[in-house]
Amino acid sequence: MIKKFDKKDEESGSGSNPFQHLEKSAVLQEARIFNETPINPRRCLHILTKIIYLLNQGEHFGTTEATEAFFAMTRLFQSNDQTLRRMCYLTIKEMANISEDVIIVTSSLTKDMTGKEDVYRGPAIRALCRITDTTMLQAIERYMKQAIVDKVPSVSSSALVSSLHMVKMSFDVVKRWVNEAQEAASSDNIMVQYHALGLLYHLRKNDRLAVTKMLNKFTKSGLKSPFAYCMMIRIASKLLEETEGGHDSPLFDFIESCLRNKHEMVVYEAASAIVHMPKCTARELAPAVSVLQLFCSSPKAALRYAAVRTLNKVAMKHPSAVTACNLDLENLITDSNRSIATLAITTLLKTGSESSVDRLMKQISSFVSEISDEFKVVVVQAISALCQKYPRKHSVMMNFLSNMLRDDGGFEYKRAIVDCIISIIEENPESKETGLAHLCEFIEDCEHTVLATKILHMLGKEGPRTPTPSKYIRFIFNRVVLESEAVRAAAVSALAKFGAQNDDLLPSVLVLMQRCMMDSDDEVRDRATFYMNVLQQKQKALNAAYIFNGLSVSVPGLEKSLHQYTLEPSEKPFDMKTVPLATAPITEQKTEIAPMATSKLPEKLAPSRQDIYQEQLAAIPEFQGLGPLFKSSEPVQLTEAETEYVVRCIKHTFANHMIFQFDCTNTLNDQLLQRVLVQMEPSESYEVLHYVPAPSLPYSQPSSCYSLVRLPEDDPTAVSCTFSCTMKYLVRDCDPNTGEPDDDGYNDEYVLEDLEVTVADHIQKVLKPNFGAAWEEIGDEFEKEETFALATVRTLDEAVNNIISFLGMQPCERSDKVPENKNSHVLFLAGVFRGGHDVLVRARLALADGVTMQVTVRSTDENVVDVILASVG
Amino acid sequence: MDSAALEPSLYTVKAVFILDNDGNRLLSKYYDPELYPSMKEQKNFETNVFNKTHKADNEIAFLEGMTIVYKSSIDLFFYVVGSAQENELMLMAVLNCLFESLSQMLRKNVEKRTLLDNMDGVFLVVDEIIDGGVILESDPQQVIEKVNYRADDNPLSEQSVAQVLQSAKEQIKWSILK
Repeated sequence: MIKKFDKKDEESGSGSNPFQHLEKSAVLQEARIFNETPINPRRCLHILTKIIYLLNQGEHFGTTEATEAFFAMTRLFQSNDQTLRRMCYLTIKEMANISEDVIIVTSSLTKDMTGKEDVYRGPAIRALCRITDTTMLQAIERYMKQAIVDKVPSVSSSALVSSLHMVKMSFDVVKRWVNEAQEAASSDNIMVQYHALGLLYHLRKNDRLAVTKMLNKFTKSGLKSPFAYCMMIRIASKLLEETEGGHDSPLFDFIESCLRNKHEMVVYEAASAIVHMPKCTARELAPAVSVLQLFCSSPKAALRYAAVRTLNKVAMKHPSAVTACNLDLENLITDSNRSIATLAITTLLKTGSESSVDRLMKQISSFVSEISDEFKVVVVQAISALCQKYPRKHSVMMNFLSNMLRDDGGFEYKRAIVDCIISIIEENPESKETGLAHLCEFIEDCEHTVLATKILHMLGKEGPRTPTPSKYIRFIFNRVVLESEAVRAAAVSALAKFGAQNDDLLPSVLVLMQRCMMDSDDEVRDRATFYMNVLQQKQKALNAAYIFNGLSVSVPGLEKSLHQYTLEPSEKPFDMKTVPLATAPITEQKTEIAPMATSKLPEKLAPSRQDIYQEQLAAIPEFQGLGPLFKSSEPVQLTEAETEYVVRCIKHTFANHMIFQFDCTNTLNDQLLQRVLVQMEPSESYEVLHYVPAPSLPYSQPSSCYSLVRLPEDDPTAVSCTFSCTMKYLVRDCDPNTGEPDDDGYNDEYVLEDLEVTVADHIQKVLKPNFGAAWEEIGDEFEKEETFALATVRTLDEAVNNIISFLGMQPCERSDKVPENKNSHVLFLAGVFRGGHDVLVRARLALADGVTMQVTVRSTDENVVDVILASVG
Repeated sequence: MDSAALEPSLYTVKAVFILDNDGNRLLSKYYDPELYPSMKEQKNFETNVFNKTHKADNEIAFLEGMTIVYKSSIDLFFYVVGSAQENELMLMAVLNCLFESLSQMLRKNVEKRTLLDNMDGVFLVVDEIIDGGVILESDPQQVIEKVNYRADDNPLSEQSVAQVLQSAKEQIKWSILK
C-alpha cells in the first residue's frame, strides 16, 4: 500500500484525498502537456480527471480558460487509449455549456460513432447529441437513424436516450425517427426495449389513439424488461384516468395482471397504480392491498417502506381495506428504520380502534425525536385527524403534543403542532385550559415570531373568558419585556383584551399599559397609548368597537381609498363606510390530510377575489361613480354544463346599484359570436340602466358582458327580485380549422335560466370575534324579534346551515357547529348591510317536531331590521 | 405529497452522489435543472441528507420532498435521489447497480482511498448507468463490460524513472520509520 502514498498526500497530512488541495490554475497550467507529442496517456488522463473533479466540486471556470482547456483536450483524440478517449467524451459533456465553440469536435465524434470500436460508439453518440443543436441535427440525422436500429445494444440505447433528450429541443426532427424506434422496441435487449418504449411514448403522448394502439401491441407481445413494464403501467393508468375508463377495461386488466409479475418492482408499481386510481372500489383494491401486505414482511427496507407508504395512502380513503394488514403493520412499528415505523403507526392510527390509540401514542413517543421533520409533521397531522374522530381522547393527544412542542424542530413542524393544539381548543371547550397552558409555556421560549404572535392573539381571544384569566397576564407581560417588536405589539393587544373584559383586572392592566407606553418601538407605544385611552373610558361600546372587534375593511381597499382621499383634498372627513369590506376569512378547517405537503412556494399575500373584481369593474367607463364595490357573489350557472354556450353570472352589489357580470364561453368551433349581451327583464321595480356587450366571443375563449341595474330607492325593503335573462348576439359562421369567419352574420338569441337576487346579495359577511360585545355595542334601539316554525326541517344542523346560506351572514363564536344530542341551539350571525349598516342576528332554535326559531335582529338602521325579518318570513 | 399519478417518463433519477464519512462531496450529479440549481443549494441538500442518514444504515429516507435510497461502505456513502412519487424499487435498482459495478471495478475495496485513486473509472461508471436522469443500464456486469476499465494495481509500470526512484525512497523511508 505504501507505494500509493505520493508526496502530495504527505504534505496534506490527512493522506486521504489526492484531490483535496487542487488549485484550478495549477491544473489548467498542467493541461498544457496535452499539446506535447507524443501524448502521455497516463498523465493526460490524470489531468482530465482532475478537471472533471473540479467541475464536479462546483469550481467556476471562466469562458476563456474553459475554452482554452477544451481546445487543448481536442488534441487527445489522436491517442488511442480507451479510457482517455472516454474521459474526453465526459469532458465534452461537462464543458458543453461552459466552453465556446464546442461544435469543433463534431467530426471527431461522428467518426467515433460510426467507427468500428463498439466501446466508443455509444458514448460518442451521447456526447455528440449533447453538443448538437436543431440546425446541426439534420446533418447527423442519417447516422442517428442507423444507430437507433444498430444491433449493438449499447449503441441503440445511447441513440434512443439521446433522442429522448432532444425531443424537447427539436420535436419535429426526432418525430421522423418513429419507425426506427418502433423497430428497436422489438429488440431482445431489455434496456433497448425500455428506452424505445419511452421515446415512442414521448413522441406520441398527445395522440391518445396512437398511445392506446402502442400499449395494446406491447401488452400482447409481452416485454421482458421490468422497467418497461413499470412504464407501461404508468401509461395505462394515465390513459384510464383520462378516458375515465371503467374498471372492466382491458387496461385495468393489464395492470391487475402485473400484480402477478415475477419482479417485485413491477408488482409494486401495479399495486401503487391501482391504489392511486380515483373511484377505486374496495373489491378492486383488495388484490393490491394483499400484495402490499406481503411486502410488509420483506427483508428489504426499501420494499417495506414502499409498501407501508402506499398502505398509508389507502388508509386515508379506505381505512377498512387496510384493517386486514393491521397485524403486519403492528410488526413494523418497532422497525429500525424510523420512517417505516412512523408510517406504520400513522396508518394504524387511521385504521385502528379507539382503544389502541393510547398504546400507539406511547410507542411513537419513544422515538419521535429520531425521525425527520417531514415525518413529524405526518404524525401531527395524524393526531389532528384523530382528535376529530375521537374527541374524548384529547387529553392523551394534548399531552403528547406538548411533549413534541418541547423538542427541537423546524418552523413547519412547530406550526403544525400549534395549529393542531388550537384546533383542539376550538373543538373541545374542556381542553381549553390545558391547551392554553401548553401554549403559554411554549411562547416562553419560542424563536418563531409568527407563532408567538398567533398564540398571543389566541390568548387574548380565549384567555379572558376562562375562570382564572389573571394567570395568563404574567406570560403575556413577559413577552413585552423580552421579545422583538412584532411580538411585543401583539402582547399589548392581548393585554388590552383582558383589561376590557375583566373589570377586576383593569387596574393592573392599566399599570402594565403605562409601562408599555415607554417602549422603544413606535408601533408598541402607539398601541399601548391607544388602548390605554380606550380602556380609561370604561365604556362597553368603545371596548367592543376598538378592542374586541377590529376593523373589518379590506386592507388593499383601505389603502386605495386613503390614497384617493389624499389626492382630492376636501372638507369632509374620511368616511370609513366608503371602504370596501374584507371578504370574510375562510374558517373552515381542512379535513383532508395531505402528508408531507412539500410547500416550497412561499405563501403570497394574494389580493382577494373581490379586490380583483373592483379593479376590473373600475376599468369600465360606464361604471364610474357607483362607489366602492360592496359584495361579489359566487358564480351562478345560467346554463347546463354541456350546452352550446356556457354562461355564468357573478352579482356585484354597490350602495345603490348592482352589476351583473356574465362570463360567457362559446363551445362551438364553427361560430364566432359578436356584440354579445344578456337582456334582463326584472320582476320587481328594478331598473336596467345600461348594457355593456362583449365585442366578440370566439371559440373557447371566455369573455364577459355586463348589465347595470339600479336598485329601487323608494322601497328599501324590496331586496329580492327575479330576472328572466336572454342572451342576444350576432352569429358569424366560421371555418372550424382556421377560425376565419364569414362576412355575413345573423342575429340570434338564446334563453338562459332565471337569475335570482336574494337578501344574501345585500349582506357582506363580517366576523365579530366577540359577538357579545358587538351585540351590546349596537344596542336595542332597533331591535325586533319574531318567532317562526320551520316545519320542513328535521335537524338543528340542517336548520343552521339553511339560515346561514339564506342570509349570507358570518356565523360567530363557532355557533355554526351544533353540539351532538342537544335539543336547542343558539346561532349568532354578523354582517354588514349594503350601505354600511352593521347587522347582527341571534337565532334561538329548538327542536320538537320540526324546528322552532326565535329570531332577534339588531342593526344601526331600522329598515335593515325590517328587510331581514320580512325575508326570513 | 399530492397523490396525482406520475407523468409516465423515463426521467427517473433526480440526482446521485457519493460522499465521504465527513459528508464531503466526492462525486455528485444533478439531473433535474429545476431541483437545486445552484451549487450552494446542492451542498446544503447533501449536508442535510448526510446528517439525517449517516448514523443509521436504513437504506431509505424521505427528505425535502424527495425519496432517497442509500448505502454505505467503510468510509463512503452512496445516494440515489428520486421524486416523492417515484417507484422506490427502481431507485434501489440504480443504487445496487452503482454499488456492484464499483465494487467489481475496485475489486471489492469500496473505500475512499481506492475510489479516489480510480476516480476516472468512477466517473465513467456513473456515466454508463445514468444518462441525464434516464436509467441507461441496470446490470453491473454490462456496466463493467462497457466501461472496460482496469483498476490500477501496478502503477509503477508506466511511471518515469524519477517517479520510481521517488517511490523507492518513500518505501525505504517508511520501512525505516516502522
